[in-house]
Amino acid sequence: MRSISFGQATVEATASAMREDHAVIVTGEDIGWGGNFGQFKGLLEEFGPNRVIDMPISEALILGSAVGAAVTGLRPVASLSFVEFTMGAMDEIVNQAAKFRFMFGGQVSVPMVVRASDGVLRSSGAQHSESLEAFFSHVPGLKVVAPSNPADAKGLLRSAIEDEDPVIYLENKKITFRRGPVPEVDYKTPLGVASISRAGTDVSLITYSVMVQHALEAAEILSREHSIDVEVVDLRTLVPLDVESIVRSVARTRRAVVCHEAWTFGGFGAEVAAQINECLFGELEAPVIRVGALSAPIAFSPPLERALVPEVSEVVQAVCKSIEF
Amino acid sequence: MADMWPSEESEIGPASSKLNMAVDLKNRDKLLSIYRKMLLVRMFEERLETLFKEGVIPGFVHTCIGQEAIAVGVCEILRTDDYITSTHRGHGHAIAKGINLNRLMAEVFGKATGICKGRGGSMHVADFSKGILGANGIVAAGTVIAAGAGLSIKSRVSDQVVVCFFGDGGANKGTVHEAMNFCSVKKLPVIFFCENNQYAQFTSRERTTSVQDLTLRGVGYDMPAVSIDGNDPIEVIEKSEQAINDARIGLGPTLIVADTYRFGGHYVGDPQSYRSKDEVTDRRSRDPITLFENYLKSQKMVDPNSLRLEKESIEKLIQTAVTFAESSKYPETISATEYVFTEVNEESQ
Repeated sequence: MRSISFGQATVEATASAMREDHAVIVTGEDIGWGGNFGQFKGLLEEFGPNRVIDMPISEALILGSAVGAAVTGLRPVASLSFVEFTMGAMDEIVNQAAKFRFMFGGQVSVPMVVRASDGVLRSSGAQHSESLEAFFSHVPGLKVVAPSNPADAKGLLRSAIEDEDPVIYLENKKITFRRGPVPEVDYKTPLGVASISRAGTDVSLITYSVMVQHALEAAEILSREHSIDVEVVDLRTLVPLDVESIVRSVARTRRAVVCHEAWTFGGFGAEVAAQINECLFGELEAPVIRVGALSAPIAFSPPLERALVPEVSEVVQAVCKSIEF
Repeated sequence: MADMWPSEESEIGPASSKLNMAVDLKNRDKLLSIYRKMLLVRMFEERLETLFKEGVIPGFVHTCIGQEAIAVGVCEILRTDDYITSTHRGHGHAIAKGINLNRLMAEVFGKATGICKGRGGSMHVADFSKGILGANGIVAAGTVIAAGAGLSIKSRVSDQVVVCFFGDGGANKGTVHEAMNFCSVKKLPVIFFCENNQYAQFTSRERTTSVQDLTLRGVGYDMPAVSIDGNDPIEVIEKSEQAINDARIGLGPTLIVADTYRFGGHYVGDPQSYRSKDEVTDRRSRDPITLFENYLKSQKMVDPNSLRLEKESIEKLIQTAVTFAESSKYPETISATEYVFTEVNEESQ
């Protein structure tokens, strides 16, 4: 199978959706020239400026207008280059997009996608490096997608655009350029379904986005050096959360480690850990262990940046700790 | 759009559905209809005040008493398929745009038969089948939503328009500025309608706003701006019609600033310690309904007897709505998490 980047895969998904449904439009910051990560490359040329709309750097407008467009017949895909920029439009995400359907008694749906890049990449500093999925996951009415590889990036974005509800689609910067096998055909990967990236029997390593790669590397090390057989569960979608797949895996391994690049404290891992505890408390051999970033804004200085977010070695240690418990 | 309510006519009649028809301001029936709608908004909200004070209505109630000429005047020009975005003070806009009165009342009561099935309440009334894209509890949130509706209209090559209502308080929100800039750049069919009722919650405009004349804000966005008397429905109609027609034919947005006054407090029960009784008395002397009544009298279109009959017939509509709301059930608690996400029909999976 041919290999393309995560960013290119999202271009394919968007283009397919736009060809199929004239209601799909793309709006956002710096999309006409292709986007910071090439994730909009070629769309303006194919679909023209009425459907690929370069917006002013007005975050509230970008997401508020997406809500307005979505409830009047369009299916906007709105992009804010970096996830931190959503902070300037949290009203539009939390008070408007997430609440419209509920607050108005089901009169309308809000079919829109918010795309934003997150995660640490080469000292981008405290305002361009964070992973904020826990904010969005906390809010009823929002779906949250965080793909880990190009093939899922394509299929999940296609489903997100087709979804009737607002979807926050998070694309990690470190993996945006990473290539992987992606089918050329148009396909949809359903939201709310986790995948097993590596089957194993000793410990369930539950993760998503960039950390799936770390988890797979850790699993190889653990297998080679410690003879520990790790199962890697890629959640792919945080909301809706595939609790069933998590429970199925942990019921077998009876040990779970949850890891993400976002802050550990109050992070999405806490939700996963709580779900596991509620479903499998008596069957666990060890407490659920979380691996995430330390509680500090992401620092600029490279050694500090590395110190704050989890590395493969920390995932390895966490798994060993679970086994040794 | 999924799951829309079927179109229902309000008891008072929908907003005009005719194309680009100039409102005939000499026509007695038309003027009486405008008067009736203003009175309906007034009496509806006065009833809400009573019900709220009696403890019948939960939550907060924000009334637009004193500002009725704006909602009614603007919606008189709009078609049913035109959109409005409203504010936390939105009953008047919704009624003028043709919302079903019974279901509006039931919503304010929090009943299952409410227009939003009791999920929204007074601050969140909406009727998408009438182009009412929602009253909104967040000040000036409707302006950016209106911009999106404008994009949608442009994309469909339709001649609909959007009117976004906001207040002098909202005029200082970033969303207004972001939306005005963008709508001007794209020449979107959006009318920015600022109801300057002199107060942002409990704080007067003078203390918070850089300009006395809010139409100056239009200059920065290369947008035509007009200042109008918001207490005179005829002036509201005459001066808004141009802006709405311009938007309809693709000439882009206009900022309209209507001078008015919030007769009540920020919400029902507000002790209003931030303004003097003299000021309120002075501004109440320009009650839009009294002024319009006097105008109709001067035109020999009404007399005391016909006015009494109007009031009685509106009182009946309101009583019917209250009875409907009172006799309706609250939503089942088992349904508390319904409508968070769009239900997927299993057969279509």
